Amino acid sequence: MNSQADEITVSAQGLSRKFGAHTAVGDVSVVLKRGEILGFLGPNGAGKTTTMQMLTGNLAPSTGGVEICGVDLLADPTAAKARIGYLPETPPLYRELTVREYVDLVARLHKMPKATRSAAVDDALKRCGLVEVAKKLIGTLSKGYQQRVGIAQAIVHQPDIVILDEPTVGLDPNQIREIRNVIRELGRAHSVILSTHILPEVESVCDRVQILHHGETVFTDTIDGLRKFQSGRTVLFGLRRPPPISEMNSVSGVFRAETEGDNLFRVTFADNIDPTDEIVRRAVDKSWGLYQITPAQTSLEDVFVHITRREENA
Amino acid sequence: MIFTIAGKELKSLFASPLAWVILTFLQIMLAFGFLKRLDEFMQIQPQLVQVPNPPGITELVAAPVFATMAILFLFSLPLLAMRLIAEERRNQTMVLLMSAPLSMTQIVIGKFLGLLAFVLIVVGLATLMPLSLLLGGRLDFGLLASLVLGIVLLGACFAAVSLYASSVTAQPFVAAIIGFGLLLGMLLAGETAADGLRGRGWTIPAELAQVLSPLKNFESFGKGLLDSYNVVCMLLLLAVFLVLTIRRLDAVRLRG
Repeated sequence: MNSQADEITVSAQGLSRKFGAHTAVGDVSVVLKRGEILGFLGPNGAGKTTTMQMLTGNLAPSTGGVEICGVDLLADPTAAKARIGYLPETPPLYRELTVREYVDLVARLHKMPKATRSAAVDDALKRCGLVEVAKKLIGTLSKGYQQRVGIAQAIVHQPDIVILDEPTVGLDPNQIREIRNVIRELGRAHSVILSTHILPEVESVCDRVQILHHGETVFTDTIDGLRKFQSGRTVLFGLRRPPPISEMNSVSGVFRAETEGDNLFRVTFADNIDPTDEIVRRAVDKSWGLYQITPAQTSLEDVFVHITRREENA
Repeated sequence: MIFTIAGKELKSLFASPLAWVILTFLQIMLAFGFLKRLDEFMQIQPQLVQVPNPPGITELVAAPVFATMAILFLFSLPLLAMRLIAEERRNQTMVLLMSAPLSMTQIVIGKFLGLLAFVLIVVGLATLMPLSLLLGGRLDFGLLASLVLGIVLLGACFAAVSLYASSVTAQPFVAAIIGFGLLLGMLLAGETAADGLRGRGWTIPAELAQVLSPLKNFESFGKGLLDSYNVVCMLLLLAVFLVLTIRRLDAVRLRG
C-alpha cells in the first residue's frame, strides 16, 4: 500500500498557453500524489482556470505535456480523461434533467458498467447531500445545490483525480463549510486540485499550495511553509500618543511601518526577527500609551507582496 | 457511447418547447397540404379515369406532402441544431462532453444521430397520412418507400449542414441563421447551377453543384427513381459536413 500512497497521479511539465500575443500561462509545472489536496491560489486572471483546462484536456497547451497516472493526456486523451473528474468554473449542468438523471448520464458518459452504475450514482448523491433533491429538476435548484450537483458530477465515476475550479464561489458560509467537508473527504481516496482566490480556504482544506501570479508559479510549498509567511509577520499596534512614523521604522527588525487611522500602526517584520518586545519596551519608556497589539489578518495580497519582494531580492 | 449522447440530445430536444412547437407546426402544415391535395384529387378523379395510364393517388397526394416536408426541414432543422452545439457552448455545458472520455467524433456523431432521430419521428408521423388512404384505396408502396428513403437522406444532409453551422459560433441564433443561409444557398446552387453548368459541358463544377444540392438529388426520389448516383451525392455531402464539424470543434480546443 505504501507504493500506492506515493503514486504520482498528475505530472505536468512546462505547461504554457498563449492566446495570440497574450501569454495566459507560461511554464507552469504541477505534480500531485495520490491522497493529496493541492490548492491553486492566485488573484483573478492569474491563469488558474487556463491551467486547469489544460490539465483536463479542454484546452491544448502551447508547450509542455501532461501525464495522468502515467497516461499521456495529449497522446491518449480518452484513457487519461477517464481518470479525471472536472468541475469547471461554471458547472456544466443540463437544467432540463433531474439531478439523478444528470448524474446517471455522466456515469454513462464515463462508461461505467450498468451493474455498478446505480450504486455509484447513489453514493455520489449521498456524499454531496443531494439525496432529498434527487428527483428535482436541476434548473429549479438553488445555486448552492447546483454547485453540489457539479461536484457530484465530478466524482461519480470515482476518478483518481478530481479537479475543482473555485468550488465554493457564490455559496453562503454554511454551504462553504459543507463543500469543504466534501473536499476533505475526497482527499482521502482521490487526488484533488482546487483553485481559489481565498487564502483561508487553502489553509483549511489543502495539503499543499501553489500560488500563481501572471501565469507563473511564484510559490509552491506545503501549507506549513505557507504559514511561516503569515504567523506574526504583520502586527497592529494601537498607541494613544503615537510617535512619528520614522521612530517606529527605526526599530531594528521592522521591515516597514505604516499608519492606519490616527493611532494605529501596521508594522511588518523583516525575516526571522520579531521586534515586538522592543516596540513594547519603547512604548513603555516613552509612554506612547499602548492599548492594543493584534496580529493582523494576513491577506492573500500580503503574501503576494512578500513573495514577489523575496523574488526581487533573490 | 454514441447512443448515450444521441439519447441525451433527443431527450433534451423534447424537454424544450421549441421541439414541440416545431413538431406541431410541421404537422399542421403537412396535414393542411395533404388534405388540400386529397380534395383536389377527389375532384379530378372522374377525368383521370378517361386518361390512359393515369397518375395514381400516391403520386398526386403523397409525393407533394414529402416535397413540402423538404422545404419545412430547411427552416426547422437549423433551429433545432442550434441547441446541439452553439447553445451548449454558450451555456458552457460542452465542457462536460469534452472532459468525458469521448472522442470528438463520438460527440459529433452522437449529436447528429439525436437530430436524425427527430427527423425520423417527423417522417414517421407524416407517412401515417398517406397510409391512412389505405382505408379507401390502394397505394404505390414502391413510390412511397422511395419517398421515405429520399426524405430521410435529405433530412440527414440538412441535419449535418445545420450541425456544422451550430459549431461555427457560440451564439445560437447566429448559428441558426448561418445554417438557414447555407441550406438556402444549396437550394439555389441546385436549382440554377447544376443543370446550367452541365449544359455547358463543365462537368466537374456541375457535379460539385449536384453534391451540394440535396434538394436537387431528392427530386428523382419523388419520381420513384432510386438512383445510386443521388444516394452517393447525398451521403458525400453528409460525410463532408460531419467531418467539418469535428474539425471545427477540435480547432476550438486548440485555439481556445
